[in-house]
Amino acid sequence: MPAAGPDRELMQATDASALSQPAVRPLGRARPRWGERAIQGLLFLCAAVSVVTTVCIVVALVEPTISFFGEVPIGDFLFGTEWAPLFSPPSFGVLPLITATLTTTFVALCVCIPAGLGAAIYLSEYAHPRARKVLKPVLEILAGIPTVVYGFFALTFLTPLLQDVWPGFLGDPPQIFNMLAAGLVMGVMILPTVASLSEDALTAVPQALREGAYGMGASKMQVATRIVVPAALSGIVASFVLGISRAVGETMIVLVAAGGTPNLSFIPTEPGQTMTAFIAAAGIGDQPTGSVGYKTLFAVGSTLFVATLLMNVLSIRLVRKYREVYE
Amino acid sequence: MSDRTADATRAVEPEPARTRPDVHVAREAASGDAPRISPPPDPDRPAVFDLRNISVYYDAVPAVRDMTFPVFQREITALIGPSGCGKSTLIRCLNRMNDLIPAARVEGEVIYHGQNLYDPEIDPVEVRKRIGMVFQKPNPFPKSIYDNVAFGPRVIGMKGDMDEIVERAIRGAALWDEVKDRLKTNAYGMSGGQQQRLCIARALATEPDVILMDEPCSALDPISTARIEDLMLELKSTYSIVIVTHNMQQAARVSDMTAFFTVELDEGEKHRTGRVVEYAPTDKIFTNPADKRTEDYVTGKVG
Amino acid sequence: MSTVDAPIGRGPQSDRVKGTLFRLALLSSLALGLITLIALLADVVISGAARLNGDLLTNFPSGIPENAGAQSAIFGTIWVIGLTGLMCIPVGVGAAIYLEEYADRERWWNRAIELNIQNLAAVPSIVYGILGLAFLVRGAFGLGQVVLAGAMTLALLVLPIVIIASREAIRAVPPSIREGSMALGATKWQTIRRQVLPGAIPGIATGSILALSRAIGEAAPLVLLGALTFITFNPEGLDSAFTVLPIQIFNWISRPQEEFQTLAAAAIVVLLVILLTMNAAAILLRNRYQRKW
Repeated sequence: MPAAGPDRELMQATDASALSQPAVRPLGRARPRWGERAIQGLLFLCAAVSVVTTVCIVVALVEPTISFFGEVPIGDFLFGTEWAPLFSPPSFGVLPLITATLTTTFVALCVCIPAGLGAAIYLSEYAHPRARKVLKPVLEILAGIPTVVYGFFALTFLTPLLQDVWPGFLGDPPQIFNMLAAGLVMGVMILPTVASLSEDALTAVPQALREGAYGMGASKMQVATRIVVPAALSGIVASFVLGISRAVGETMIVLVAAGGTPNLSFIPTEPGQTMTAFIAAAGIGDQPTGSVGYKTLFAVGSTLFVATLLMNVLSIRLVRKYREVYE
Repeated sequence: MSDRTADATRAVEPEPARTRPDVHVAREAASGDAPRISPPPDPDRPAVFDLRNISVYYDAVPAVRDMTFPVFQREITALIGPSGCGKSTLIRCLNRMNDLIPAARVEGEVIYHGQNLYDPEIDPVEVRKRIGMVFQKPNPFPKSIYDNVAFGPRVIGMKGDMDEIVERAIRGAALWDEVKDRLKTNAYGMSGGQQQRLCIARALATEPDVILMDEPCSALDPISTARIEDLMLELKSTYSIVIVTHNMQQAARVSDMTAFFTVELDEGEKHRTGRVVEYAPTDKIFTNPADKRTEDYVTGKVG
Repeated sequence: MSTVDAPIGRGPQSDRVKGTLFRLALLSSLALGLITLIALLADVVISGAARLNGDLLTNFPSGIPENAGAQSAIFGTIWVIGLTGLMCIPVGVGAAIYLEEYADRERWWNRAIELNIQNLAAVPSIVYGILGLAFLVRGAFGLGQVVLAGAMTLALLVLPIVIIASREAIRAVPPSIREGSMALGATKWQTIRRQVLPGAIPGIATGSILALSRAIGEAAPLVLLGALTFITFNPEGLDSAFTVLPIQIFNWISRPQEEFQTLAAAAIVVLLVILLTMNAAAILLRNRYQRKW
């Protein structure tokens, strides 16, 4: 028969203490804990601040931008080659700002992509743990230096240095304000970002992959370049994209070292005004609210925001992709 | 032999465990659900829990189904069985810890001193003040020994002299002599066995009447295990204890009643659901089990 | 065959050369950073040495370089950063607690909040300046070019850093601690307040210091908020005009006279010393109190 209740003869009378057991208090009713709910609501509001911030950024940008394009044809803006919004008559072609942004960004990438990736590979694959303890803080310090300081360095140290050592065959030496020095220093500033994100991606690659390759007789360089880097590729690309985003969005270095004259040119030895530098300059100029000058600030700001937003989202998705694979 | 005896014999003879799930289902339907125990109300043997058709679903997949049996007061009840058959899930139903898992849904009733723990009007926080739990891996807080034990009484607002409450709880866990001079030191400085006894003291401090233990000794060495088993036998006189254990010998050593769990595949052979096969006094489970599956497990024929 | 009997050699030299060159190339990447750092520090210290004296701290900005100092900028920085911290740390920690302890990950709006925070962390700082200009200085709040507006803008800028660091610290507290607390009859908030938060404090503190270090060095957003005016007084209240150290540095760099460049370099040294102290504090905190769970 299926297991039934305990056999009667095995049921033992419990000892006398059962009889002296105190009356049992009933369990409390579930009462709505208002304190807890209030706290949860407050915490939610804190989290909502970030959403409100984004909404406000979008609203702050969109309204004047639309108003701006009510006065200035969008074709003139996007394809015009003269940027002189405060002259009379004003011209609103944004291309000079874009070429300057692209030039400085390109120069920065020439530095930060190879050097950032190289540093990441070294730290992840080659460095002794003790060396890492010294090297990583160096990168952290580089990342923590204020950008105005980098700007100062570019203007007062690097530009004169470049001017001194400039080889003749490259053409005219850099001017006092030039996009090259700004771009180079920007590259060093962004190097830690690229290095740190790439290093995360590289160290996330499972050791088993490396060991499989070593076991076949591959050299360290081959393992690093043919196994680990490809396996971490989406994270590495994410770091590059983030680097581009930071380069595009950087203000103080270009403001100080590249000058404030819009210049439709890709020649790095010339000065140029990037989108960010223009926004800062317009802000300094203290335009009256509602004027065209004020609105240009927002129009350029919208362009900047959209460009960096796209890159940030791309970067986040790439990071998620490699995290999914390995974690 | 008369036919009646023959019938009885045939009924007693356990069915060999089959792999055809439909047969299992049919058999379940035929024999009724997991052992339905309805002991006649016996004032000498009150039940502290009365489980009625407890089922737990994780995202619509049943982890345990239709558990119905009583847990007796001031006894040690052991839940044994192979891995993955729902023992931990079930014990967590007894203090509503499954509430903390968003994907889990509990059906059925747990009657505790006349109240259903899963009544919507019952506050789970109140439940946990009365039913304590000790976990598999000792989890003392990163605080001093004193603050660990005092935490429960403080948060539930117990009145009284905290020093006394703490001392009483630590003595109750047979730990006082070892720590009385270092109550303010960090709990992480203790050995694993001591930490687990600290966790027991912590649970005792809120003066529950039930202590649930989910494999309390599986992370400990044999000496610590033996001490905790001795402690359990001492605690039995004041508290009702339910213990999940992988260690059959432990169940045999300390418990009064034992429930043997197993896992069954459902109709589609996709999901595994835990079931109680047999629930009986410990002696009987280990010396004369009624179900072949129980016998196979306790004699070590199956893992 | 014979290859099995052949002794294991050192391999072709070209491979070894390639390997060494590769390694050197990687090291030079790190060397680039290190050399730049050293050059930068040396440049700044050498250029500014002449004006690294008490005057820098006691004098106010002036058109005459000999009389100029950075006191208003230093006090402005203290005011602004103090306010920024008061605003962004509670909100950031609160948001982190909500996201880690209360939010159901399956709900789309919670995932949207997370994505939003990650994005905000990467938005260019000047866009925050635009935000501040449009809503705080002018527009809805209309505070004007004052300390409070600057602090709010910076608080929004570094809020994602505080949130992300705090979330990591909270996440590091093992679930077994929470379970142990709940099993004793503590409510969710009691568990958070008495177990989770205390365990997460070192990580939260480190993250907060790093966020504030970032805020101290920011100039771009404040440029848009109008901190670039000629400020010769210390802030007197939340509604006081102000300037901060990076802005003052920028101001001096923009002037043609050589003496102002020296002043700028000296002020940079002060700023770097402040930052170094803060980061050292953060690292000390991390090493001493970081709990290995």
